[in-house]
Amino acid sequence: MATEESVQSTWLVKKGLAEMLKGGVIMDVTTPEQARIAEEAGAVAVMALERVPADIRAAGGVARMADPAIIQAIMDAVTIPVMAKCRIGHFAEAQILDAMGIDYIDESEVLTPADEEHHVNKHLFRVPFVCGARNLGEALRRIAEGAAMIRTKGEPGTGNVVEAVRHMRIMMDEIRKLQNMPEEELMTEAKNLGAPYELVKEVARLGRLPVVNFAAGGIATPADAALMMQLGADGIFVGSGIFKSKDPAKRARAIVQATTHYNDPALLAEVSKGLGEAMAGIDIKTLPEEQLMQRRGW
Amino acid sequence: MGLKIGVLALQGDFREHAWAVEKLGAQAIQVRRPAQLEDLDGLIIPGGESTTIGKLMAQYGFIEAIPAQYKRGMAIYGTCAGAILLAKDIKESDQPRLGLMDMSIRRNAYGRQRESFEVTLDIPAIGEPGFPAVFIRAPYIEELYGTARPLATYRGHVVMAQQDRLLASSFHPELTEDTRVHAYFLALAASRGG
Repeated sequence: MATEESVQSTWLVKKGLAEMLKGGVIMDVTTPEQARIAEEAGAVAVMALERVPADIRAAGGVARMADPAIIQAIMDAVTIPVMAKCRIGHFAEAQILDAMGIDYIDESEVLTPADEEHHVNKHLFRVPFVCGARNLGEALRRIAEGAAMIRTKGEPGTGNVVEAVRHMRIMMDEIRKLQNMPEEELMTEAKNLGAPYELVKEVARLGRLPVVNFAAGGIATPADAALMMQLGADGIFVGSGIFKSKDPAKRARAIVQATTHYNDPALLAEVSKGLGEAMAGIDIKTLPEEQLMQRRGW
Repeated sequence: MGLKIGVLALQGDFREHAWAVEKLGAQAIQVRRPAQLEDLDGLIIPGGESTTIGKLMAQYGFIEAIPAQYKRGMAIYGTCAGAILLAKDIKESDQPRLGLMDMSIRRNAYGRQRESFEVTLDIPAIGEPGFPAVFIRAPYIEELYGTARPLATYRGHVVMAQQDRLLASSFHPELTEDTRVHAYFLALAASRGG
């Protein structure tokens, strides 16, 4: 007779939910109505926010965790998983989200960091975390802190995919490099990456991150989603790209299909037709240094 | 024996299922279009988001094509989201489904992610030792009818069931190294027409 002792919040259970989200699209929403539109369009999860990144960028000031009432209303509106953001290093916001029973916490550079030195110790929580990264070292530091899912940072709220592409290419290049290294060079590489040796060895062995890696930060069209998937993303976050466009429901459906059929250009052409205007984009070069969200966290 | 097993690759952890199938020496094919279902011995519908997979299945003609191939002799195994999509009755939901299996199933039956868990499960059909079962926002089977029968229960609810060449589990054997449940399904797929 096998035992019937169950265990919750194990590493496998935490990273397992991210495995189930693969090949899917996670959409930023700010109201229960938007959440239902996202679910109806085929989103695998929604990110509950008070404002989408483009509006956070425009509003300036300090961006914090969303009002729990808004998050709760969105949790009650849909049956798919709901994620929410806490500020980098703000473990009290994370505790609140954990207590609410949110499905995933995004310790996010989209919000104003609460701690410029330290990220949240994510091992202490029952709920899993996703964190942004620009390169392999940053991804492995977050995983060592307990992140069970990684996403590229890109440059949120810009509708410009260039930074997401940059970050995904850097990460994939660094992984390929590790795979081809003789084992005795891995310690030096761990030092150079600023990443734990054990995780560096694991990446070298697996040829990928030990957790799911999504693309985020600037994805606005079905073609953007297909591009990121072809570059090796496991799935897609769309922030401002959907609800800042002319026809959110139609665009959301198209991005969902593009994420599944990312290798089928004829189909991508079909789903890309007549979507109406995309969100207005921002050339990253016109952004002053201090407005770059990707520089937040290390 | 050269079994050909399709893994529905619309969304979810289809890669892990394909690895498990290959580990057992069968050929794994990622299925994104109904035409790829022809001449498969078995099809696995993976874990993922059942509403997403169901919508994509409906958009690309799988809702008609999969039951047709089942009638032809193809075996089907659904894990978690896949089990939901196999069920005739999904509690409190009108989402798209295949509706092949005589059971009613409840989504997110254990609660949200915080309530997700691992447990060692008794599955008499695959023998000892117990199976490392991972439940993630998992469903359970509330009722089986017709010729469907339970293969495993956890705290009074059916979490694995079989009906002829249909197999369903609430949990995710593809997330573990233990391939016994996949081997059980491959044997089912090999016995088609029998």
